[in-house]
Amino acid sequence: MNATLPVLAPAYPEIWLALASMAMLMLGVFRGDTSTRLVSWFSIAALVVAAGIILTQPEAAETTFGDMFIADEFGRFAKLLVLIGSGFAIVLSLGYLRTERMERFEFPVLILLATTGMMMMISANDLIALYLGLELQSLSLYVMAAIKRDSGRATEAGLKYFVLGALSSGMLLYGSSLIYGFAGATSFPLIAQAFEGGGQASIGIVVGIVFLIAGLAFKTSAVPFHMWTPDVYEGSPTPVTAFFAVAPKVAALALFVRAMLTPFGDIAADWQQIVIAISALSMILGAFAAIAQTNIKRLMAYSSIGHVGYALIGLAAGTEEGVRGILIYLAIYVAMTLGTFAVILAMRQKDRMVEGIDDLAGLARTHPGMAFMMAAFMFSLAGVPPLAGFFGKFYIFMAAINAELYTLAILGVLTSVVGSYYYLRIVKLMYFDEAAEPLARPVRGDLGVVMTVTGLFTILFFVFPAPILAAAGNAARALFP
Amino acid sequence: MSSMPLLSIVTFLPLVGAAFIFLARGPEEIVARNARSVALWTTTITFAVSLLLWLNFDNSTAQFQFVEKVDWIGYGINYHMGVDGISMLFIILTTFLMPLCILASWEAIGVRVKEYMIAFLVMETLMIGVFCALDLVLFYLFFEAGLIPMFLIIGVWGGKRRIYASFKFFLYTLLGSVLMLLAILYMYFTAGTTDIPSLMKTGLFSPEAQTWLWLAFFASFAVKMPMWPVHTWLPDAHVEAPTAGSVILAGVLLKMGGYGFLRFSLPMFPLASDYFAPLVFALSVIAIIYTSLVALMQEDMKKLIAYSSVAHMGFVTMGIFALNTQGVEGAIFQMLSHGIVSGALFLCVGVVYDRLHTREIARYGGLANNMPRYALVFMLFTMANVGLPGTGGFVGELLTLVGAFQANTWVALLATTGVILSAAYALWLYRKVIFGELTKDDLKKMLDLSPREIAIFAPLVILTLWMGIYPAPFLDVMAVSVQHLLDQHETALAAAKAVATAAR
Repeated sequence: MNATLPVLAPAYPEIWLALASMAMLMLGVFRGDTSTRLVSWFSIAALVVAAGIILTQPEAAETTFGDMFIADEFGRFAKLLVLIGSGFAIVLSLGYLRTERMERFEFPVLILLATTGMMMMISANDLIALYLGLELQSLSLYVMAAIKRDSGRATEAGLKYFVLGALSSGMLLYGSSLIYGFAGATSFPLIAQAFEGGGQASIGIVVGIVFLIAGLAFKTSAVPFHMWTPDVYEGSPTPVTAFFAVAPKVAALALFVRAMLTPFGDIAADWQQIVIAISALSMILGAFAAIAQTNIKRLMAYSSIGHVGYALIGLAAGTEEGVRGILIYLAIYVAMTLGTFAVILAMRQKDRMVEGIDDLAGLARTHPGMAFMMAAFMFSLAGVPPLAGFFGKFYIFMAAINAELYTLAILGVLTSVVGSYYYLRIVKLMYFDEAAEPLARPVRGDLGVVMTVTGLFTILFFVFPAPILAAAGNAARALFP
Repeated sequence: MSSMPLLSIVTFLPLVGAAFIFLARGPEEIVARNARSVALWTTTITFAVSLLLWLNFDNSTAQFQFVEKVDWIGYGINYHMGVDGISMLFIILTTFLMPLCILASWEAIGVRVKEYMIAFLVMETLMIGVFCALDLVLFYLFFEAGLIPMFLIIGVWGGKRRIYASFKFFLYTLLGSVLMLLAILYMYFTAGTTDIPSLMKTGLFSPEAQTWLWLAFFASFAVKMPMWPVHTWLPDAHVEAPTAGSVILAGVLLKMGGYGFLRFSLPMFPLASDYFAPLVFALSVIAIIYTSLVALMQEDMKKLIAYSSVAHMGFVTMGIFALNTQGVEGAIFQMLSHGIVSGALFLCVGVVYDRLHTREIARYGGLANNMPRYALVFMLFTMANVGLPGTGGFVGELLTLVGAFQANTWVALLATTGVILSAAYALWLYRKVIFGELTKDDLKKMLDLSPREIAIFAPLVILTLWMGIYPAPFLDVMAVSVQHLLDQHETALAAAKAVATAAR
């Protein structure tokens, strides 16, 4: 046995999470569904430990497993966001699982597994590693969408997600194989070498990139591969939707950025138009399609499509500022979305969950605190200063202007005005209208905590924005050595 | 005094009051009473502190004063505050109007008093911030954030069509401002900073870039101002807003557009300002004549005053783009006096609205018989609105007309017809409401001004007369700054001309 073990240190967080999820699984299997709460809290602890490991990792970029896996500042920033998203998603699920009588210990374990996959995605430095991480994540997500087994809607959502997801994975694989065939390598740095010093991309590579982008656009739910999003968001149990809206989105966008910029950064001109088109269409669809929605989860689905469109502006710019903009946008998006879903999870009338936008009517009278936070999230999602969402858009548009993407920037601000209409409608319902049937009181404590934490972040971000901006700046620099 | 961050204190003092009100707990009635008094005290103290600004203001320099600069976002974006002769009086105007607004809402607002007062105090902070900010991003932050409380004020406490009006107000203004945001980003990209004093140095932007930037800023300020043809949000917002909301809208929010032209468009894009001056003239003249005619046709008191505001703002834009001392000083003075006069007129409408709950002009008549004090106050402000010599309205209108006359005789001629039209609609309104037979029973029962209302109007009356009879203290404050602004403008034009000649 002379084979030496690869250097494991860069992958410690992933290894830890994989081991932790196995342990949780064992615990769950042996103690049954009564242990769900315990497993949930242990899982949160595991996520916190993983975040701790990430924070102690050295700043310099390290690769391992034969260059297939890279741990750098960019990855660390995105991974922390994913961990935060996953952790809060478990917190949000605690009360829901109990009241809806679906306490299943697999739920937190699946979140852990999906998170491991997402972290693999973020650190992928090779087409094969990319696929590995993506599938680990996707398979966990398919199951989560359908975890409410006796609900027709959830099963439908899971199935839809699975079929379409499999299709997109197929496209992605096909694209990867084309790229491998024409570039002769699967490793991002090796592919990049082919284009150094003005190397041209052959038509096969370009077609491969198109398929790769199609697959990644599906995972980020960007137009025209967004169709699954509203149905899955609506059909899945709400904590699952909250999870879908945050962590996988961050991971997929981070993967998108790395998979485009590291291997194909030098031939940006060949794929930039595609990203511009995807981004523009997502913003337009997200703004207009959301107007007619009556279900708040569907509305959030369209809103998330629009937000992905904004984030992709940063990728279309293809610059360091663009990446920084994406990371800032994602950090803020995570907070706003988690907060909004905490409010959605608190929407109960008597003994059942409600999801109609109209059910929020008169909230400012019955639940002033919650309405205040929700209004902050809505204004922030609309991008009105001084709330956090404004800064996200600010840095994205800054990147667009610097890259001279004026049309895209103008389109972006115009759609954000259209989009603000439906966010305002929610504020209007809460503040201007009278309640037909008030929501139940009191709001669960854990939801209240999530709302307060994310709400304060959203409202007070402008007071001291420098640390997050600097961290995102550092992270973006890692992609442009 | 220089060691105290006076501007930050004035700006954020209202937020402290808002926090106190926010924390108040207990039975609704007591909370409402406390909210009212805390709001009144906060705004009064803020006004008193803001007077220190005026007392310590140095009239002899065009430099920014009371400057504060702290690291904020980094990368050249700082928390930078300061005032000069152009902005200082707007701060005083804001802090002066706020206590009156609170007093005017004392009895008119009966529901959700706590939230109402918080919204107003937050609004005050944001408005003062707009005039203090010396950083583009900071400015944009204050400028845009003001939409949120105003949206809520119109939507929650407004009239029948409040929801329509609030949405229109919000979306219209947002649409204008987002283009300005892109322009700000472009300037940041080109100049590497968003510091306003540094950006005022001429020659930073090429003539072509100036044109686009000017248009982007224009989109925002023209909507805010509002200029014809993007004024249509204003009548709706004014009519549906509660009285104090209308006062703030007319008194301060509209001034942000004019202030923006003076602070950004003129010094930063001098060539484009020169190039587009005829366009602004045309729009101003149309605004003055057209909206005055529209005002003549109104049946709703607030709507009439709203349209008259648009016409008066036409004088302001005309004066600013006359680009001479009289024009610019007149424009600033007109903004200040209009802030007080139109605010007072809305309060006058509020007085009868609180009693009869209608703003329909035809429902009134003959109020001179049972409300003599009200008739007197209303008359003074009507005259001031018309621009009668001796009132604040006269000085501003005269100066802007003199300025416009130097720039373009035809513009001045056409604008002067607007003065006549304004006399027509304002006097018509006054006659319909105050004179005539007192026939209706419910009108007969109406009481004259209460002591609280007198307390509201007294300072406004004094100020209107002061500004009309002895305008020098106001003009002195702005003189040096305006002169500096125009000198810089001339230099920039001359430099561009020299470049053009050299190229030939």
